[in-house]
Amino acid sequence: MRHGKYPFIVGFLFAPVVLYVVFVISPYIQAFYIALTNWKGISANPQFIGLENFTRLFDDEVFWAAVRHHGVLLLVVPLATIAIALFFSFLLNLSGGQKGGQMTGLLGSKFYRVVFFLPQVLAVAIVGVLFQAIYRPDETGVINSLLAKVGVEPVGWLIEPDLALWAIMGVMVWQAVGFYVVLFSAGMSSIPRDVFEAAALDGAGRFTLFFKITLPLLWDTMQVAWVYLGIAAFDAFALVQVLSVDRGGPDNATTVLPLEIWRTAFNFSKFGYASAMGVALFFMTITFAALTLRVTRRERIEF
Amino acid sequence: MAANTAYKPSSRTAAPARRRRGQQNPVGVFSVLSHIALAVWALLIIGPIVWTFLASFKTNTEIFGDALTLPASFGWDAWGRAWEKAHIGQYMLNTVFVVACSTAGTMLLGSMAAYVLSRYAFPGNRAIYFLFVSGMTFPVFLALIPLFFVVKNLGLLDTHLGVILVYIAYSLPFTVFFLSAFFKTLPTSVAEAAMMDGCSHTRTFFQIMVPMAKPGLISITIFNILGQWNQYLLPIVLLSGNVQDKWLITQGVANISTSAGYEADWPGMFAALSMAIIPVMIVYIVFQRQIQSGLTSGAVK
Repeated sequence: MRHGKYPFIVGFLFAPVVLYVVFVISPYIQAFYIALTNWKGISANPQFIGLENFTRLFDDEVFWAAVRHHGVLLLVVPLATIAIALFFSFLLNLSGGQKGGQMTGLLGSKFYRVVFFLPQVLAVAIVGVLFQAIYRPDETGVINSLLAKVGVEPVGWLIEPDLALWAIMGVMVWQAVGFYVVLFSAGMSSIPRDVFEAAALDGAGRFTLFFKITLPLLWDTMQVAWVYLGIAAFDAFALVQVLSVDRGGPDNATTVLPLEIWRTAFNFSKFGYASAMGVALFFMTITFAALTLRVTRRERIEF
Repeated sequence: MAANTAYKPSSRTAAPARRRRGQQNPVGVFSVLSHIALAVWALLIIGPIVWTFLASFKTNTEIFGDALTLPASFGWDAWGRAWEKAHIGQYMLNTVFVVACSTAGTMLLGSMAAYVLSRYAFPGNRAIYFLFVSGMTFPVFLALIPLFFVVKNLGLLDTHLGVILVYIAYSLPFTVFFLSAFFKTLPTSVAEAAMMDGCSHTRTFFQIMVPMAKPGLISITIFNILGQWNQYLLPIVLLSGNVQDKWLITQGVANISTSAGYEADWPGMFAALSMAIIPVMIVYIVFQRQIQSGLTSGAVK
């Protein structure tokens, strides 16, 4: 049995580990060092400057604007997505009453599930281009021409600083809902039917079924959803880069940290400063994930 | 996994169910409202896609007219222009090539690593496993700058090989995580029997374990294909030089949308967009069950 075990293990692990260390681990480690240098320009030599980049970040208005936007994204996108997805997955799975002892969804559940999930398979960059046309500020935009039909003036969805971030969040929710409908549906279908049966026999209506039975039993899945959506809220790069005017505009009204990192590094060649932003982003993401898992921890309901 | 519960109806429950249905008259309103909500959301999703498709047949004047009219005639000119002049055909082939290589590489290397890590005890096993899994928690933007220089120093900047290797490396954490869990659930007896019969470790893996792990491998393959096909950040960073003939589809379409403005070829832009969307949509409709479960399986685990 033992013959050739170690050569085999080494042989199988060598290529993946080397590739992974070279392209993933080593860049992550280097990033922390680069963040402490004033490296500018591809040929320039980086000089160690300690925490200077970070003190500069504290006075950087664009940085704080980006952080604020992440805060808004973090609050609005998960909340809206989870609420809409829960509502739809409840309709699709449980609201059709019982048929032969089985909780069923409404007519056409299958069709809706296929359609709702569709945006999930499209590239975010492609979705961004798609919504440029939808959001165009004059009456040639799809939304504005619909509004014109009912006599509303065209709205500058992406060019009004107060609206632009909301318009972008709308697209994020549009794209994400289907994924969570499928995720929650899977969760709902793993709830044993006896639970619903018992509740129904006790006279529970649809709303009681939803709030008192389904929600508590889906808690774990919702926690996963919150973490996923939160991490997505710390990204938003492709969408903002493609969809917003002037990449993060108007006037930095929609900019996010990943976009600033990319721009600072690859347009302005300030590699040290951009890495410092990367480190800040890293700590925010980690803090968020740890907090979520901690705060939302509850006793698991076994079934 | 994602679909309906297939609980067998039993005669025991049939009676109360029927009685319950009788009581549910006031539910009509609720049911109508639910259907409206579902239909509106479905329209919100299909609407923009259909509209883009139709816009690719319009002329520039039609596009800048009322957004809600149909094109006057259906010609494929814009599609031809997008395919040839805007190089969508080229970008598509590039992407097919890159994603085919990188997904194959990811699956091969990922399943090899996952298999060894999940089924063989050796010093450092846990350390390597956590090294892989930790990659899932880091934002890629942190690594972006050093990654660019690593690829540059290896002479792989602006090459497809560079993109392929980076795609594989960044797909490994989740692939290894998912497949290790999967290999652990497989019974050990079959592999042991094969080894008794003198099958080598390598052969046991390829001829016994891989076929047994097929459901897991399919899910994660779909996950990787979609993830890599839709990647946008890595191509714009790693193929940022003057190598337009090497671009990938997301990069190409995003660029066309910026340049459509001054080239004034909006129908061509919408044709390009449709071309990027339609193949993915067809694949999705054909494989929707596998895709849904493949993409959500990571979260359910």
